[in-house]
Amino acid sequence: MNGIHDMGGMHGFGAIKVEHNEPVFHEEWQARCFCLNFTMGAWGKWNIDMGRHGIERMAPADYLGQSYYERWLSRLVALSIEHGLVTQEEVETGRPTTGTSKETPPLGPEAVLRITREGRVSKRPVDAAPAFAIGDRVRTNTDSPSGHTRLPRYARGREGDIILHHGAHVFPDSNASGQGEAPQHLYTVRFAARALWGAQANPRDEVTLDLWESYLEAI
Amino acid sequence: MAKDSDHHSHHGDHSEVPSEQALRVKALETLLVDKGLVDPAAVDAFVDYFQDEIGPKNGAKVVARAWVDPAFKAALLDNATSTLANMGFAGLQGENMVAVENTDTVHNMVVCTLCSCYPWPVLGIPPTWYKSFEYRSRAVIDPRGVLKEFGVGLADDVTVRVWDSTAEIRYLVIPKRPAGSDNLSEDQLADLVTRDSMIGTDVLAAA
Repeated sequence: MNGIHDMGGMHGFGAIKVEHNEPVFHEEWQARCFCLNFTMGAWGKWNIDMGRHGIERMAPADYLGQSYYERWLSRLVALSIEHGLVTQEEVETGRPTTGTSKETPPLGPEAVLRITREGRVSKRPVDAAPAFAIGDRVRTNTDSPSGHTRLPRYARGREGDIILHHGAHVFPDSNASGQGEAPQHLYTVRFAARALWGAQANPRDEVTLDLWESYLEAI
Repeated sequence: MAKDSDHHSHHGDHSEVPSEQALRVKALETLLVDKGLVDPAAVDAFVDYFQDEIGPKNGAKVVARAWVDPAFKAALLDNATSTLANMGFAGLQGENMVAVENTDTVHNMVVCTLCSCYPWPVLGIPPTWYKSFEYRSRAVIDPRGVLKEFGVGLADDVTVRVWDSTAEIRYLVIPKRPAGSDNLSEDQLADLVTRDSMIGTDVLAAA
């Protein structure tokens, strides 16, 4: 979607504020909120792409107005309601509604180590041969899907070179909408900064993006 | 509830009123626990993992070894995922790793313009600036201006290559070894490696 989250190349946000010796979390609620997202994610009701899209779907003013962990909180509440784990009423009252189902058992601490160590592998075996090889020249498409996608606006309709091939990975555009993993070959594509930004860019500079095969066409 | 001095002890101000966000998260966690959806001990375990197990100290060990061991560096550049896994650095947000090396002619810098993708096993969770609208919007269009704000000036003949992490591939920058560090041990070298140098927004000063 052409959302507010797709920020690459926007002007006007100003100087970067760096905090020296920054703690991992500033407030306890940030740590609890962050980690509740993982414990609730373990129910398997939504995948990582649905999770990312959950934040992208926020109204632009809310996205900009909330802090990072507030967005994670908003997303957790929204997905938990959408997937039937809690109701709006329960979130508002803070108490389970009589008669609502209780899921059990929840993720235990012993499983956390396994999840963090194993990760969530997105690479998948596929029969299809890769359409492109390292060194190939490609052009990105100009599609504007209204759902989740990982081809930012700033790199649409641009020409670049394939520099890495990563095998096939789950395709976020379909996975985020519950349409299945539909794995595709994934490549790193290098663009000249001038191909993306024109005269404002330094002629030596480059930007790379990791792009799925259906985002690309041969030149 | 009576005054909960323990809850705010880390602020050093026991009279401070909990923020609206703190209250909302507390209420949500209580609800989820009451519904049997969350075991708070699992949340504790995740917090411990993010606070203590991962962080840039891991990446610094990788970089120092790459500086002193050419065979290790070659393996890291060839297959970072398995090379890092052999050091115990694998798992969430490190499932597909790529290491990129800064040289006299190329300076690498990593961003996630769409969200906050970052190589957790080697760097921990990202600093606030990495997740900020300012960095996400500017890193791809004005990398040299961003670097200048971080105090990094690059020669005109250096290419800046910005890696926008748009998929599940995570990038670790191997910074240039600082001048004057020839006689340092691997552990001493690791102490010189900053988090930002492994994101690409820092260049290491002479030892």
